[in-house]
Amino acid sequence: MILAATTNEGLAQMSDLLVYSSMAVYTLAFFAHIAEWVFGSRSKVGRTAAALTQQAPAAVTVQVKKAGGTAVLDRPKVVTRSASGTRDVPDGPGAAGGTVKGDLYGRIAVSLTVLAFVIEAAGVVSRALSVQRAPWGNMYEFSTTFSTVAVGAYLGFLLAKKNVRWIGLPLVTTILLDLGMAVTWLKTPSDQLVPALDSYWLWIHVSTAIFCGAVFYLGAVATLLYLFRDSYENKLATGGTPGSFARSVLERLPSAASLDKFSYRVNAAIFPLWTFTIIAGAIWAGDAWGRYWGWDAKEVWSFITWVGYAAYLHARATAGWKGRKAAYIALIAFACFLFNYYGVNIFVSSKHSYAGV
Amino acid sequence: MSKTDTSEQQEALGAAGAQLSTAPQEDTAVGGPALGVIGWVRWFWRQLTSMRVALILLFMLSLGAVPGSLIPQNSADELKVRAFKDAHETLTPLYEKLQFFDVYSSVWFSAIYILLFVSLIGCIVPRSWQFVGQLRSRPPGAPRRLDRLPAHTTWRTEAEPEQVRAAALAVLKGRRFRAHQVGNAIAAEKGYLREAGNLAFHVALIVMLVAFAWGQLFKSEGGKLIVEGDGFSNTLTQYDDFKSGSQFGTDELTPFSFTLNSFTGTYQKDGPQRGTPRTFEAAVSYSQGDADKKAVIRVNEPLEVGDSKVYLIAHGYAPVVTVKDGRGKTVFHGAVPLLPIDNNITSTGAIKVMDGYRDKNGKKEQLGFKAFFVPTFAGEGKGTMFSQFPALGFPVMALTGFHGDLRVNSGLPQNVYQLDTTKMKQFKIEGGTGVAQRMLPGETMPLPDGAGSITFEKDIKEWASFQISQQPGNGLALTGAIAAIAGLTGSLFIQRRRVWVRAVRGEDGVTVVEMAGLGRSESAKLPEELGDLALALTAEAPPTAPVPEPAEEPAEDPVPSGEADK
Ligand code: HEM
Repeated sequence: MILAATTNEGLAQMSDLLVYSSMAVYTLAFFAHIAEWVFGSRSKVGRTAAALTQQAPAAVTVQVKKAGGTAVLDRPKVVTRSASGTRDVPDGPGAAGGTVKGDLYGRIAVSLTVLAFVIEAAGVVSRALSVQRAPWGNMYEFSTTFSTVAVGAYLGFLLAKKNVRWIGLPLVTTILLDLGMAVTWLKTPSDQLVPALDSYWLWIHVSTAIFCGAVFYLGAVATLLYLFRDSYENKLATGGTPGSFARSVLERLPSAASLDKFSYRVNAAIFPLWTFTIIAGAIWAGDAWGRYWGWDAKEVWSFITWVGYAAYLHARATAGWKGRKAAYIALIAFACFLFNYYGVNIFVSSKHSYAGV
Repeated sequence: MSKTDTSEQQEALGAAGAQLSTAPQEDTAVGGPALGVIGWVRWFWRQLTSMRVALILLFMLSLGAVPGSLIPQNSADELKVRAFKDAHETLTPLYEKLQFFDVYSSVWFSAIYILLFVSLIGCIVPRSWQFVGQLRSRPPGAPRRLDRLPAHTTWRTEAEPEQVRAAALAVLKGRRFRAHQVGNAIAAEKGYLREAGNLAFHVALIVMLVAFAWGQLFKSEGGKLIVEGDGFSNTLTQYDDFKSGSQFGTDELTPFSFTLNSFTGTYQKDGPQRGTPRTFEAAVSYSQGDADKKAVIRVNEPLEVGDSKVYLIAHGYAPVVTVKDGRGKTVFHGAVPLLPIDNNITSTGAIKVMDGYRDKNGKKEQLGFKAFFVPTFAGEGKGTMFSQFPALGFPVMALTGFHGDLRVNSGLPQNVYQLDTTKMKQFKIEGGTGVAQRMLPGETMPLPDGAGSITFEKDIKEWASFQISQQPGNGLALTGAIAAIAGLTGSLFIQRRRVWVRAVRGEDGVTVVEMAGLGRSESAKLPEELGDLALALTAEAPPTAPVPEPAEEPAEDPVPSGEADK
């Protein structure tokens, strides 16, 4: 890191421009998603709640494809069964509801999201280049990187052919909120780091923290939708009639089981990295402040978040705490993560205070 | 990923599904114990080591950590605690009773984590034994109805049942399953590392706690302010302040010394963040009794000497002054460290001339000066005496002189940066503000009535303060942390699963092969793996007739069970 380097004003201005542009494109993506949901709601496909209350097939045939199997040998078919006691509800048809028009708008929305992502990423990179350091010195920079990574992770799931398009609308909405807050309240001119932040641990600790936050966020959205979808399915199962909004929107989401599975996978997969983030932070604190753990506000809340997610994983392993109860714990854990970011940085005095927030 | 170990399924599977993990069974009956004292103790212990209580304790731990992040803590900043106490007179007694100013060493917080760790140990020991038992035993035999398992496949082949089983054993072993034959089927299991990882993770948590406690008991930590050119040797008497754990012995201080050769600070020169520090570097030479070595201490780069680490904590200016008495004799010459009061290092402090001074009549007296120093002065008539920039741009010092008794021998501990003027008289100064006189480097201020003079020397030194700490157990804590991450990764990403292959001769004389898989959790990978295994096995046991289409609901008993083979 070259500390004496002065900021490159041209690049810094370009970065600002790129971030604003990405916001404009995200806004377009937002409207495209809205159109997708609106057109989807006019579809009749899968809209009859009756379809759900029917006995769903208990077994799903999985034909596992694999290249290179000898042509003569017919690959045996593997029959899978769900665990007894779980509801066998198929996934909803998605926001587009199977309509051609809805699907078209959905695709437009995803394309716009890709474009906005590229622009925003360029904004983050040019900010980094303008100061020749990691672009994580203050909250404005955290927020822009955070949203870039969250969208990147979402697009990564899409690329891996995972069924995640349903997350598009809530994601783009919150990205716009996050960027809006960043440019109005957290804006800090591009500049060098204070000496305490000048360490290679910045690259390690902060990058993993941002990544964890972004992925935990996707998990939290899925958890929240799971709670809605689960009560919707419960209502159907007990013969109740959900409201028309629930019928229209929740019905198009994946099944509660799929949403739950997605959020568990995401949270469980990222938990070791979050553990690593805290440990890396402790090592850095040991170098910078002479103690690796001092119960500073930021440390406390990282710890609380960590314990929260550990409690969530425990809850999943304990028979009596699966499903909704575990989901509430996951949401509380994510709320702690958010508080650690906004709450501690802004309202609590901590050693982790940075130049201009 | 809802777990499959619901009791209903457990029953259907019998021994085959048992022991796929070492997680304690949750006894849902909360009823009290039946038998006297021992019964109660037993009951209590079972409760404490149950997953439910572990969960509750985890919750309480995070909840208990909250107040410490919102209320100032003695361990972090005693000044802030004092300010808080002054501002909240009604809350303070309550908070003190609840130990809210020392949350992390409070009785109740300690109780929570000690209970949690007792619970953890009580949980981990039986689980470890159980796991060792599982490692030494073999995977359980196939359940009677393989088609009831989460993943299942079947086909018919011309190959002999023995041949199929031998092939299956080879295929499974080739993929590092632990496999053996039970009756007419092969039983195999893989993914023990998951359990090992989980146990390792929990043990690592204990290791980290032990390391932390050890560090707290044996640590030492002291502060020392050093002016450029001065040195420090690591003995107790040299510290400005010193704290240590209860088990620390002072003879354990690493013997070494160091000298601060120079301190360099650079600051942002322009832009909106003008004045923000950019680099702090303390160039030192240090020795452990041998030849001097040179090093640079930076904010994130402490100097390591033996078990000790030297951290750069703060810095400031130390103007050099010379004081002469009425007869022209130098009674004081040296650098006086001043404490910064803002980010631009506006500094205040005191210059004390304890002995050697005589006034013009030859009477012994002491002198004291209140010093106010700015590294960069705003300029005459700018209306502020505060510094405009942290570097030495336009250094100015204002001094107010006193004579009399400094009261250093009054028995009360005295702050070196403050002057006790209760027994002193202020010098009257001609011109100036009448209170203090501003001086530029190199200037000399005569004291009134031939009382001598004070000179603000051109050479302005900087000082740096260091924290010297020694804390054992860091290596152990780091080892624990790495083991925790490794164990956790194994625990979360490895699936423990069982596969059974049954081959029996059907009624028509054709061999029927049945394969099934069972995992801890429903995963898409399990059927995929089963498919792969089946494909590998079909090389040795090619299907004859087209593979029968699996029915929607598997037919009641598609395969004659075991006996047919005998
Ligand atoms: C110090 C506090 C503790 C922390 C931070 C912690 C953390 C974790 C985490 C993150 C997992 C998830 C790994 C996985 O799902 O495989 C886990 C699993 C587990 N923990 Fe803990 N734990 C703690 C205390 C305990 C205690 C006191 C018990 C016993 C009562 C316990 C029993 C278990 C068991 C049995 C599993 C495995 C569940 C399974 O097989 O899925 N843990 N723990």
